[in-house]
Parts: sequence; C-alpha cells; structure tokens
Amino acid sequence: MNQVAEKVSNSADDTIVSVDGIAKRYEGGVQALKGVNLDIPAGQLTTFLGPSGCGKTTLLKIIAGLLDPTEGEVRIRGQKVTGPGPDRSFVFQDFALMPWATVIRNVAFGLELSGASKEERYEKATKYIAEVGLKGFEDAYPHELSGGMRQRVGLARALAVNADIILMDEPFASVDEQTRRKFQDDLLDLLAIEKKTVIFVTHSIEEAVYVSDQIVLLSRRPGKVANIFTTDLDRSVSPDEVRRQKNYLDSVDEIWAILREYLQEDESAAARKVRG
Amino acid sequence: MALRDLSRQAWMWKILSFVLFFGAWEIAGQIPISLSFPTFVDTFVAFMRMTFDGSFLGAYAQTVQPLLIGVLISSFAGIACGVGMGLWRGFEWCTLVIFIILQAAPVAAIIPLITYLYGIGLTSKVIAVVIMSLPLIVLNSYKGIRHTHPSLLEMSRSFQGSRMQEIMKIILPAASPLIFAGLRLGVGAGFIGVVLAELLITPTGIGDLITYHRSVADYPEMFAAITSIIVLAAVTLTGLLKLEVFVRPENRAR
Amino acid sequence: MTIFGKKVHIIFSLFLWALVWEVVGHTGWFDIFPPLTEIFKAGLEIVPTDKFHNAMSITLHAYFVGMGLAVLIGIPLGSLMGYSKVVDQLVGTWVNIFVSAPLTAIVPVLMVLFGIGQTTVIASVFMFAIWVIVLDTRAGVKSVNPSLPEMAFSFGANGWTVFTRIYLLAALPEVLAGIRMGLIRAVKGVVIGQLLVAIMGIGELFELYSRNFLFEEFWALLLMVFAFAFATAEAVGYVERRVEFYASAR
Ligand SMILES: Nc1ncnc2c1ncn2[C@@H]1O[C@H](COP(=O)(O)OP(=O)(O)OP(=O)(O)O)[C@@H](O)[C@H]1O
Ligand SMILES: [Mg+2]
Repeated sequence: MNQVAEKVSNSADDTIVSVDGIAKRYEGGVQALKGVNLDIPAGQLTTFLGPSGCGKTTLLKIIAGLLDPTEGEVRIRGQKVTGPGPDRSFVFQDFALMPWATVIRNVAFGLELSGASKEERYEKATKYIAEVGLKGFEDAYPHELSGGMRQRVGLARALAVNADIILMDEPFASVDEQTRRKFQDDLLDLLAIEKKTVIFVTHSIEEAVYVSDQIVLLSRRPGKVANIFTTDLDRSVSPDEVRRQKNYLDSVDEIWAILREYLQEDESAAARKVRG
Repeated sequence: MALRDLSRQAWMWKILSFVLFFGAWEIAGQIPISLSFPTFVDTFVAFMRMTFDGSFLGAYAQTVQPLLIGVLISSFAGIACGVGMGLWRGFEWCTLVIFIILQAAPVAAIIPLITYLYGIGLTSKVIAVVIMSLPLIVLNSYKGIRHTHPSLLEMSRSFQGSRMQEIMKIILPAASPLIFAGLRLGVGAGFIGVVLAELLITPTGIGDLITYHRSVADYPEMFAAITSIIVLAAVTLTGLLKLEVFVRPENRAR
Repeated sequence: MTIFGKKVHIIFSLFLWALVWEVVGHTGWFDIFPPLTEIFKAGLEIVPTDKFHNAMSITLHAYFVGMGLAVLIGIPLGSLMGYSKVVDQLVGTWVNIFVSAPLTAIVPVLMVLFGIGQTTVIASVFMFAIWVIVLDTRAGVKSVNPSLPEMAFSFGANGWTVFTRIYLLAALPEVLAGIRMGLIRAVKGVVIGQLLVAIMGIGELFELYSRNFLFEEFWALLLMVFAFAFATAEAVGYVERRVEFYASAR
C-alpha cells in the first residue's frame, strides 16, 4: 500500500518510464526479476548496474517491449507498454547490423521499416552518420569496420528513428578500453544536442558513474532494485578532471562496496554448498 | 605485389598437381596396370576428337535436358519447401524427418520403381535428378532460415517490423548464402542422378557414350566420355561458387 | 509441435506419415503403394529366406570392406594434407573435384578395371566414402590449436607422438563427422554400385522385385536399407556428440 502511494507521488511529470511491480520468470523456470519498481526521469541518462545474470538485459528488453513480463507493467508517459513502439529504440550489445547492407542502409533501416521514402531516409541517415563521426563510411559494409565503429552505426540507427528513449544494452562491452572512453565522451556530447532519455546497461562501475545522471543498482537474481544513486558531476571540465572529482570517486567506492558484499555472499554460499 | 606473387604461386601448385596426376595416369597406362586402362595421351586424343567431331555436343544436348529440368524443379520446390519449413513450426514438424531420412538414404534404389511407373523416357530421368537433389536443397534452405541471427530478428522487432518485413528484409537475405550453397550441392547431386539415370534406365546422352564405347572396348573414348562429365561437373560447380560471391553484396565490395 | 498443450517429439511425425501411407494403400489408387501393414508382412516373409541372407551378406561385406579401406586410407591422407602444405597443394584440387564429382560415371571404369563383381562394388563404396573423410580429417588437423603441439614438444615429445597423441586426438570430432558422412555416402555407393553391376546383392533384389511387380517386397527392402543408413549415421552422430564436449574446450 505504502509503495503504491509513494509511486503516485513520485510520478511527477518529469517521469517518462515507470516500471511497476515487474517480475519475469523464464520458461525454463529461472526467476530473472521480481518486484521491480522504478521511475526513470525524462531527458536523463539512467544506468542499470548489477552482478552478471541479475536480469539487466531482461529488464531492458521488457521496457523495450521485446519481452513480456510475467507480472507487473511498464508505462511510458502513462501508456502501458504492450510491444515495441516508435517512442523507444534499442542499441544492441552485438550491434545487430545486417552484414549484407551498407552502413547507410543499416542506419536507415528503422525508417525503411516504417515506410519512409528512400530520399527521406537516406537524408536522415546521412545526418546521423555524420553525427556519430562516421562521415565517409556510408557505403562501407559492417565487416570493414572496427567494433567501435560498428557500434556507432548501431547508435546512429537508433537515433535516426527519432525516438525519445534510447535503450542501450552494454553497448561498449566488446570494444577496447581507449575506444570505449572516446565513445563515452562522444555519447555524452551527442546527448547534449539530442536531448534523449537514455537507459544504459553496463557491467562497469566506472562507466556507469562517468556517463549517468542516475544509477540503478540491481540485486542478485532474482533481480530487484537495491539502490538508486544520483551522481552529480561537473561536466564542464575535461574528461580526466571529471574522473578525479570527489563525487566521482566517492560514488565508485560506494557502489563497489555494495557489489563486493554480493560477491562475498556468493562465495560463502558456494562454500556452504561445498561443505554441506 | 606480394598478393600477386601468392596467387601466381597458387597457380604453379595447381599446374604441378595436374601434371603429377596426368603423369601418373600416363605411366599407369604405359605399364599397363590393366588391358582396359588407356594412357592419358590416348584418352586426351580421344577427348579432342570427340570434342571436335560433335559426339560430345550431341550427347550433352541430350544429357543436359533432364539435368536442367530436374535441377530447376528441385530448386524452386526445394527452396519453397525449405523456407516454408523454416518459417512454420507445424510444417517443419511434419516434413523435417522425412527430408533428413531422404538425404541420408540411398534414394537411387527407387529408380527401378520409377522406371516401372514412368517408362524409360525423359520423365523418369528428370525424376531421378529430382530425388537426388531435392533433399539437399530443402535441408540447406531450412538451415539457412533457422540460423538467422536472433538479435537481427529482435532488431527488426524493435523497429516494429512486420512479420512480412522480417521475412523479406532479414530472414531471406540472412539465409541466402546457405540457400545458395544448397543449390550448389543440389546441382552436384543432379549430375550424379542424371548419369545414373542414363546408365541405368536407358543409355542416352553421355550415358550412351560411356556404355557404347565400353561395349566395343574403345577404352580411350570411354575414359574421355567419363572425364568430360567430371570436368563439366567441376566447371559448373566452380562457376556456381564464383557466382556465390555475387549473392551477397558485401563480398562484392573490394 | 504441441498438441493439446503437450510437446510431441518430431520423430512422431513418421507415425503420421505411416498412417497416411496405410490409408492411401488401402484405397488402392496407386498400385505401387501397397498398405504399410502389407509391406511389413512381406518384410517378415523375405527376411528369413536364403536369397535375402545371401544378398545381405554380400552387400554388407562390400559395404564394410569398402568403408574400412576408405577410413584406413582417408584418415592418413587427410592428416597429411592438414599437416603438410605441399601435400595439401598437390592433392587438394583432386580431392575437391572428386568429393562432388558425379561418381556414378566412375562405376563403369571400375567395372572394366575390376570386372563385373564384388571388387567393383567394394571399389565404388570406397570411391563414394573416402573423399569426405579426407576433407574432414584435413579440416580437423588444420584446426588444432597450435599451442597444443608446442606444449607437447616443449615436454620433449617427438614428431610421431605429437602427431598421434595431439593432432589425431584433437581432430577427432571432425574425423568422426567425416566418418559419419562417409558411412552415409557408402550406403549410396553400395546401392549404386550394385544397381549398375546389376547382378549383385540388394541391387539385384531391387531390380528383381520391381521387374516382377513385387511392390510389398520392394518397399520392405527399401525401408530396411533406409533405416540402416539412418541408424548408422545416427549412431556415429551419437559418439560425435559425446566427443564434442571436449572439443569445445579445445
Ligand atoms: N531466454 C532465456 N531463457 C531462460 N533463462 C534466461 C533467458 N535469458 C536469460 N535467462 C536467465 O535469466 C537471468 C537474467 O538474464 P539477463 O540476461 O537479463 O542478465 P544480465 O544481468 O543481463 O546478465 P549479464 O550481465 O551477463 O548480461 C540469467 O540467469 C539468465 O541465465
Ligand atoms: Mg545482459
């Protein structure tokens, strides 16, 4: 009862996505999520962080409408989610690019599916290809690009359909560290122009703290919201200085302390199993 | 520059391997390992003569008919069937095991029955080609459809693609390399089928050349005829392999 | 497929087709499709006959001898191709030509070389089975993680030990896949060889039954051969899957 009251009061008009009592049980019997309640503010970057297998991807796909929850519902501006919609676009961890299509066709693919004319969609695609820094690669094929560049294509494709909410599942997981840092900064710059709501899944505490406005920490499986942090970094300074700010370092430490507890619990549980 | 050297080297090796094989053939024919084993040179001479006196032309004009008709039927029916199996669970459930068995089984054994049913004409030979090549084409198309990367399907769904768009824009292009590989296998099996039909049902075309020259003990001619069909098959299959590059645009780039 | 909310294994689709066949057989529309039950009865009748035993033993003999030779020659040849670039370059082209060549055209050659008899059938089994074994063995040897032989050499193993203990063992999954494909092709080889030689084994029986319109017997024999081909392939496939789990750790 209490929670419901809280929910209502929380649903101020800056909330764009509200996750209400979501539970997900996979067919094999795995309970991935249980009782997840969450409000995601518009125009900000929210990160899901948590131990491996805790259900981050599952939650993101439920918000995307790609998976149905077993219980609960997701609402976007008060509208219940029943499937994928034009208000959300997804950036995939493995890029999900069509190997047989050029960069420009990949980027324009969302528009192609919605029936836009060729000129219109290529014009938009060209704009976003330039925005993610791939100008000149319009006619390249994915296999000719590096991992980082491929993910830029994935991002441009998600931006091109002009959805308000961008969902990113570990977009930098298969990208090397330098590229990753560059990409993080580019993403932040891009979002400053585009004014999107971004929900971002990552494994990396540093990445989460660095890019997000709000961090949602999920507990071990079955995942539920363990903690919500708001980071308050001064982004007017250089990236290196941001990483030296007290706020940044404190948040990283605080989150690491919680995650370490999970690890220790895991270990002692495993040890008990071995002994018993 | 280095690349050109490499490809020249590959050619050298290829030529060397041909020289070695034909040399061994020549020696085996000179010994001779068997009275009915002609030398390479004799066979080559016979091959040239038959090429220019029109015997091959006449024979292949006949052989190509059932082969082409059969392979075309197998291709259309096979791709349709395989794609259908990949897209509809019910259809898959009903037909998959049948085609797996047909692919593994010696379907050639049915040819005597086909001859009983359809006589010794073109129909029987076309059917012989179809039963050999169809299962391969079906199973490859099916595999191609089923092996579409799931995240591409999810991607299409995330952009609200309809089922039709998903099939036309994701599943079929993703499956096209395997479908094409299936066609190539099907053509190879079609060659086996057509030769078998021409040897077993009634001698026509290339089967007739082989049977006739064997019966009158013209071994160089017989070997030349056999070589010709193997060469034709190899050239056709290599050509299809080269063509395969063009099925996928990304292979054409650079 | 699910019926009444229960998953039905795909193998049961065969029962559905058997039922269709039975019904079609009873209608009598096609005389070449007798009811399956009749075929089954005919099968029970022909199995104990001497003719069947002779045909089977001669066929199995050709099958296993030809297949054995293909394995005995194919695996060393394939390993050599995977091991040595020179051999690979010299033989590769020919193996690739023969693996997809219309081998049915070779059987007449075998007939003039080995005479019209068992040797020809054995040779045709051999020709059908060997090339795929060679190619798969080669692929297996080529895919061996190079740090494995390095590790063995560093422990003082000699070339031969490394070859037998590392290369062949590590390539086992591919070798088995090659043998499985070889077994399937060998059944085709034995049937095609016997059909073309025309006076031997089950090939002769097929001719005999269809010429005398003994469709029950024809189908009974055919289904037995199909079942044999399928069962041998599945049996090797089973071993293959058992081996695969250590291959995945390779
Ligand atoms: N299709 C599925 N069927 C059954 N179980 C699944 C399925 N997908 C995921 N799971 C299980 O659900 C749990 C949560 O999966 P999920 O992929 O959401 O975790 P995650 O937090 O994204 O993990 P990671 O950090 O490894 O990406 C895992 O234990 C996983 O094994
Ligand atoms: Mg995940």
